[in-house]
Amino acid sequence: MTASTVDKTPGRKSGAGGTALTLLAWLIGITMFFPILWVVLTALKTEQTAFSMTPTFIFSPTLESFKSALAQGSGYWHYALNSVITALGSTLVGLALAIPAAYAMAFYPSKRTDFTLVWMVSTKFIPAVGVLIPVFLVYRSLGLLDTRLGLTMLFTSMNLPIMVWMVYSYFRDIPVDIVEAASIDGASTAQTMFRVILPLALPGLASTGLLALILAWNESFWSLTMTDYHAATLAVYTASFKSGEGLFWARLSAASVMTIAPIVVLGWFAQRQMVRGLTFGAVK
Amino acid sequence: MSASPTNASPKRRAPTRRLMAPAVLFLLIWMIVPLAMTLYYSLQDYNLMMPDMRGFAGFLSYELLFTDPVFWDALLNTLLLVATCLLITVVAGLALALLFNRTFVGRGIARTLAISPFFVMPVVTGLIWKYMLLDPVYGLFSWVMRSMGFEPIEWLSSYPLLSVVMMISWEWTPFALLILLTGLQSLPEDQLEAVRLDGANRWQEFRHIVLPHLGQVLYVVVMLESIFFLTSFAEIYATTSGGPGTATTNLPYYIYLGAFYQYDIGLSSAAAIGAVVLANICAIFLIRFVAGNLNAGSQR
Repeated sequence: MTASTVDKTPGRKSGAGGTALTLLAWLIGITMFFPILWVVLTALKTEQTAFSMTPTFIFSPTLESFKSALAQGSGYWHYALNSVITALGSTLVGLALAIPAAYAMAFYPSKRTDFTLVWMVSTKFIPAVGVLIPVFLVYRSLGLLDTRLGLTMLFTSMNLPIMVWMVYSYFRDIPVDIVEAASIDGASTAQTMFRVILPLALPGLASTGLLALILAWNESFWSLTMTDYHAATLAVYTASFKSGEGLFWARLSAASVMTIAPIVVLGWFAQRQMVRGLTFGAVK
Repeated sequence: MSASPTNASPKRRAPTRRLMAPAVLFLLIWMIVPLAMTLYYSLQDYNLMMPDMRGFAGFLSYELLFTDPVFWDALLNTLLLVATCLLITVVAGLALALLFNRTFVGRGIARTLAISPFFVMPVVTGLIWKYMLLDPVYGLFSWVMRSMGFEPIEWLSSYPLLSVVMMISWEWTPFALLILLTGLQSLPEDQLEAVRLDGANRWQEFRHIVLPHLGQVLYVVVMLESIFFLTSFAEIYATTSGGPGTATTNLPYYIYLGAFYQYDIGLSSAAAIGAVVLANICAIFLIRFVAGNLNAGSQR
């Protein structure tokens, strides 16, 4: 008992095998990351060095491929803008819908709110293909196909169940007494929600938003089926490299890097906060 | 504060119905109504190429579906994909979580590197693997094989489903790692101390303390992963397009092909209902879990 002092995590004292395990952990970390590193390296090569039977690890880096991926006519900025608008838009709409619903469920629980919560979460398990055909046909007749609005709403519907559940689980950490006290002091529901509860739950709301943003940015199914050009996101842009153009490896890599970099970096910083939402609150 | 209420409930009822209505309506319009329409279309004879020949067809689409060998291939591929990916990601994720649950130099960085694949867009994952890793001539894997004196493997044509499994496992092992690691770190130290004092070896420690503690977390990982694996699409779309033949056609891809290439709304809707049923078998378990959590919460 006296020996374990600084060790924060439970574990035996690392002896001779400890160094080997440390090396193994590092080796695995690097191996898992390697495909990403490889794309970054390939993006910095010329097409000739990129496309060779013997991979080169040491070369003089060039930004040529990034220039060509960003060049006029490649449309990168068009797709990137659509990605930003649909991901941010669906996150904001999702929060606007989830916060009031979760507020009612967390602070005024009743049979009906409990049932609604379970029902909402259960809609997450209607696979997208289960509603693909009607959504496509209705969107076609309403002129919503290939529109940012149409896509944003689909992203929202995809994320809303998780967002309601996450916000609910953060709200539940706030003592009910606070809401009761505010209500006794004469605050209206809106005042209590905006002035008292939201500031307290801000970190939780931020991680909910981050998770929704990451999921929407990486979403591919709806983008590939519902958009063509006008509302097409970076998922559609990179998917266009799947045939023919795939032969330009350096350019493909540069496009891939510019597609994944924002979200991978965001994920690095948000990893801890995301766990809770992803596990439906099972881990805090 | 002086006028403390006799009952525990807040003095003024919040308009819960109005607070929940927007979210409820939204999900009704975007999920439930389309789902009902899918069910309706599945009972219709409806092909977009022949819009005039539309009409009620009863269970004809289901009959056609069940006699279509490709559907059974797709179902089998879906189940194989889900089962293999689950096995790989959970076992590897657990092993990695145990490995990363020690203090060592640069642990935070090594862990961040290891979980990064989870944030990569599935389309990009598909392209990276298809070209830069698995290409039989220029791919990195082939170079490794050649430099070790072996014949390179034509991954995507010889082992298509396995290739897709590798891509999905690369993306999702980090997820299992991240969640299980967090679970491990909430393990109470005193329990471990106690069994160590009793002279338990590492295996006994793992078997009797660590694994039971992880039970609930493992349950969540398996359930969420099955839901995502059941709907895998982008990795297949970007690499094999369901082929060669039907080797990597899973249920989502089968429905996509039926609707967008054969314009067969009736048949694809029937298959979509099949996919919903499959997902719901998984969902039942999750709902139980959420409901259980609710009950635990109401006792606060």
